[in-house]
Amino acid sequence: MEGNVVLTARGISMTFPGVKALSNVDFTLRKGEIHALMGENGAGKSTLIKCLTGINDFESGEIHVDGISGPVKNHSTKDAQEVGISTVYQEVNLCPNLSVAENLFIGREPMTKLHTIDRRSYNKRSQKIMDELGIAVDVTQNLENYSLAIQQMVAIARAVDMECKVLILDEPTSSLDDEEVEKLFTLMRALRDKGVGIIFVTHFLEQVYAVCDRITVLRDGQLVGEYPIAELPRVKLVAAMMGKNLDDLAEIQKESIENVEQKELEISAKGLSHTGTIKPFDIDIHKGEVVGIAGLLGSGRSELARAIYGADKANTGTLKVDGKEVKINQPIDAMNLGMGMLPDDRKAEGIIADLSVRENIILALQAKRGMFKQLSRAKQEEIADRYIDLVRIKTPNPETMVKQLSGGNQQKVILARWLATNPDFLILDEPTRGIDIGTKSEIQKLIVELASQGKSILFISSEISEMLRTCNRMAIMRDGEKVGELDHDLTQENVMKAIAGGEKEA
Amino acid sequence: MNNKSVLTRIKNWNLLLPVVSLLLVMAVNIIHDAAIGANPLSFFMITLRQTTGNGTILYGRIIDILNRGSEVAILAIGMTLVVSSSAGTDISVGSVMSLCASFCCMLLAGYGVSSTTTLAVPLIVGILGGIFIGVLCGMFNGTLVAYFHIQPMVATLILFSAARAIGLLLCNDLIVYVRNEAFGFFGGYIGVIPTAFVIAALCIIVTSLFLKKTAMGMYIQSVGINPKASRIAGLNSKRMIFMTYTVCGLFAGIAGIVAASRITSADSNNIGLYFEMDAILSVALGGNSLGGGKFSLAGSIIGAYTIQAITTTLYALGVSSTQAPVFKAIIVILIVAIQAPPLRAFFKRRSAAKQVKGAAV
Amino acid sequence: MKTKSKMNGHTILLLITIGLFIVLYAGGCIAYSSRGFSHLQTFLNILITNSGLICVTCGLTVVMLTAGIDISVGALIAMDCMILAVGMRSGHNAIVMILIVLVIGIAFGMFQGFLVGYLEIQPFIVTMAGMFFCRGMTAVICTEQVSITEKTSKLFYDWANAKINIPFGGYLNNKGKYMVPYIRPSVVIALLLLLFTYLMLKYTKLGRAFYAIGGNAVSAAMMGLNVKKVKMVAYMLSSIFCSIGAICYALNTMAGSVSQATGLEMDAISSAVIGGTLLTGGVGNVIGSFFGVLINGTISSIVKTNGKLASSWPNILTAALLFVFIVIQSVFAMMRNRKK
Repeated sequence: MEGNVVLTARGISMTFPGVKALSNVDFTLRKGEIHALMGENGAGKSTLIKCLTGINDFESGEIHVDGISGPVKNHSTKDAQEVGISTVYQEVNLCPNLSVAENLFIGREPMTKLHTIDRRSYNKRSQKIMDELGIAVDVTQNLENYSLAIQQMVAIARAVDMECKVLILDEPTSSLDDEEVEKLFTLMRALRDKGVGIIFVTHFLEQVYAVCDRITVLRDGQLVGEYPIAELPRVKLVAAMMGKNLDDLAEIQKESIENVEQKELEISAKGLSHTGTIKPFDIDIHKGEVVGIAGLLGSGRSELARAIYGADKANTGTLKVDGKEVKINQPIDAMNLGMGMLPDDRKAEGIIADLSVRENIILALQAKRGMFKQLSRAKQEEIADRYIDLVRIKTPNPETMVKQLSGGNQQKVILARWLATNPDFLILDEPTRGIDIGTKSEIQKLIVELASQGKSILFISSEISEMLRTCNRMAIMRDGEKVGELDHDLTQENVMKAIAGGEKEA
Repeated sequence: MNNKSVLTRIKNWNLLLPVVSLLLVMAVNIIHDAAIGANPLSFFMITLRQTTGNGTILYGRIIDILNRGSEVAILAIGMTLVVSSSAGTDISVGSVMSLCASFCCMLLAGYGVSSTTTLAVPLIVGILGGIFIGVLCGMFNGTLVAYFHIQPMVATLILFSAARAIGLLLCNDLIVYVRNEAFGFFGGYIGVIPTAFVIAALCIIVTSLFLKKTAMGMYIQSVGINPKASRIAGLNSKRMIFMTYTVCGLFAGIAGIVAASRITSADSNNIGLYFEMDAILSVALGGNSLGGGKFSLAGSIIGAYTIQAITTTLYALGVSSTQAPVFKAIIVILIVAIQAPPLRAFFKRRSAAKQVKGAAV
Repeated sequence: MKTKSKMNGHTILLLITIGLFIVLYAGGCIAYSSRGFSHLQTFLNILITNSGLICVTCGLTVVMLTAGIDISVGALIAMDCMILAVGMRSGHNAIVMILIVLVIGIAFGMFQGFLVGYLEIQPFIVTMAGMFFCRGMTAVICTEQVSITEKTSKLFYDWANAKINIPFGGYLNNKGKYMVPYIRPSVVIALLLLLFTYLMLKYTKLGRAFYAIGGNAVSAAMMGLNVKKVKMVAYMLSSIFCSIGAICYALNTMAGSVSQATGLEMDAISSAVIGGTLLTGGVGNVIGSFFGVLINGTISSIVKTNGKLASSWPNILTAALLFVFIVIQSVFAMMRNRKK
């Protein structure tokens, strides 16, 4: 092992039932560097981290940690901590009801001769640790009295004090504001200068370029490459993450879409926002138009859609549907205005796992009709059969529990649920994720077809190529904000450049 | 091959647990009867018997179970819905039963009267009054659970303690006797059949019709399985949870009136005592997960009558009514322990290990 | 600034509780001073009557800190009292019987704790079954009321009637005799247990682990605590404390019966909640719970002194207080969530 390397992983592979989550991935972390681990959803970032921290048992490959002879295989986070690998997650894994000092020392409290906790000693030591790291807190206060950023830093301080050599920060900045992020960066740089190797996972490109020294990019469970930060400008990073080499970006043949002559507006949002997730945005969507939302994961693309649909009630702004100003408090209000939304998290917000395919398909339609106007069983079966045929859901029969279907078919069930309500405006958030190619093109065709029937569609996808094929216009999202729109020159290169944003001078 | 599919079908049958339990109880009865030298099938015998009042009624152990188990069966309907929608239990039902009985008897007898043969208000006013109080209690519980996000058992703990005490207050700390034939009807007989059983059957039929003819059943299950997804699909999860608690209160009211009518009095201290336990046990015994979601009303009903069968059997075996809870407690723990995820995972691992071993050999 | 942040919702709740106790007690003193409510002995009597409840509430507070609940306590007391009474009636030594009761408490608590901690069954279901088991077992042991008399156990009888005099706060009764205020040994046991629990929660690893698990069990596990074991220990402590409470209870009632201590779990839970223990776990301490018990005791005492109020009023008032405190807790929690 080289002198300045603190962690190496060689040839790590890991399979989940049916999916190769990681195949033969290498990763090297040096002392005193901040190393960004980048990749879109399903790229294998979190799987790799879980292999390092002992949550996942990888199948093949070796991990070496500086100062420990032989390969390391962790079986729990505790094992990982013992070899010097600590992790701080987005949700702070501390106890809010205990004091800052207790959170630093729980499980390893200094004891007095009477076998009681030596509060005075650990309060003093905690204050010293926090002072050294430049975090201004009163360590005897309960953790919940402090902001998330401070809590985040306490978690880091705990990891550091446990003599970690490798600090993994898994999306620590997702719920912090700019000022708090800056504080966190100061701390990260201080730790780097002390020789800690930091792995930094984030969605925010700005932050990568603000603080990192090196970037490793993963895609579809494979290593794309490791680059010093100076050698990988934003556009190239985005290209690496999305799987297109900029040099050979061939113009994708756009399927012919009738140009939507400016028809009347279906949706018109002005200054809509949801505190903490998306800054105020304006968006217009015409009848028969497909509008794509391009941006990286976590850029606010889902949040924009959720604010329109009322899944997260908008705090500010006005929304006009069909020219009339409306107030949407909850999803059912939006549905009654002719909207529908296929959410990106299929398991958490899409399927009702224990109900049958039939029930899942008719659920939204039934909800619109109201509890007392039940669709007759015959009618339900007719609708279920029709949509099982239409979107080609592979299911033994309509009474099969939806949880027994494959992911792609579950997705189609939810799509069928919304098609059954015959919406005027449909939000599709990552409808093609984790779905085979054949199904993907079916869904894309369906989108174009719906638009030609005069329906409006808001289409969110990580794959720019499929949006290029279907969308008339694209809104560009970056770091929780809508930063622009593209309505002509829709090419992969232009979109990627827009997503990456201008290079900021360091 | 065919054999196997029959076996798996039985294994996946959702009424397996309650039906097997019921069969077990019957088996115990047959063995016991045979052992003491009685007719082994006396458990199933139904005869006509002359009552002191010159009426004829059906008589037999099964009839007794159907009669006595009715209150729990009625409660089990509401409890099933509550468990399904909120993954919690309503522990106030026994107390609420008592309150409804007390309020009903207080209305019928007049405040402060401890014994009466004539009714102070028309019977229907008393009955509806009692049921109305039950609905109010249900709405109170539902508000706390759905809108204040309080854990169900904690929210219902308030009425668990207070309802019985309020009932006592309404009755001036007395047992109010309403020795009126019309009032005694609900705990008596319609012709040869016990009225309580008829009322329970009516409640079950009405609820099943409601579940069948409206989308309520699907809404409740959907909210219980995945409240977030249900909301996105346009359901109002809070309102559904509120509604199930209200319905549970309604049935507690009905059960309370039946219980009071049976003894033609409002014995606040004893009506519905420990019934919440039986109702929850019915739901669990019916094969329903106490973690919410999918439910089978039929399972709960069979569960309720199975519990009564267990109680009746225990009495037949010479166990007193105060001792019976020991056995029920053991049954509850067995049922929930079998369903416990860590234990299931343990057995799965073991059978997987066995298979590997078998394959190796 | 600093003092402001220290005044968080929990402290406010505790202050409300203490304030409520003072108001209630002062109200009682003013309204019923002619009936001797203002004498020190009235307060001591509240302690004597509720010594068992204090022990039980200490244990329950521990369980509630881990976000659990234990409703088997009332029934366990009945079973313990019955074992004590029957054992002494058949001639066993009081000390032996007390040891047996304590061992039963440990075993019972361990079993409940195993089911909750290791099998992950809802605490409510487990302890409800426990409650029915104990209540039924009491009846299995004996269905009648069994008294402990001077004849059955002289030692126990002497303990029960021992008076520990307090050197101040006496008064002249209406016959002009000076009445010395006193407490019973059960009060000493209860207060010692209270002190023990307070110190244990504040100054031992185990005590802090209870708080950590109630605050966030996932985090606690990630920080290296053995969540399953700590949960089991919480239920064990609850049952042991409850058994100690049962001894105090027996010293007061000198009897065992099936219907003893019915609804005591409710009094204990409401005392803890009124004392500021959150049902969601992680927040609370036994000092608050102690004041909760005192509030409950004062309400009963006032109702008894009044003499005209129906016996169910204490129950209703306690439930009403519980309602108010639960709703306040819930509103605080919702406000905090909204802020985030």
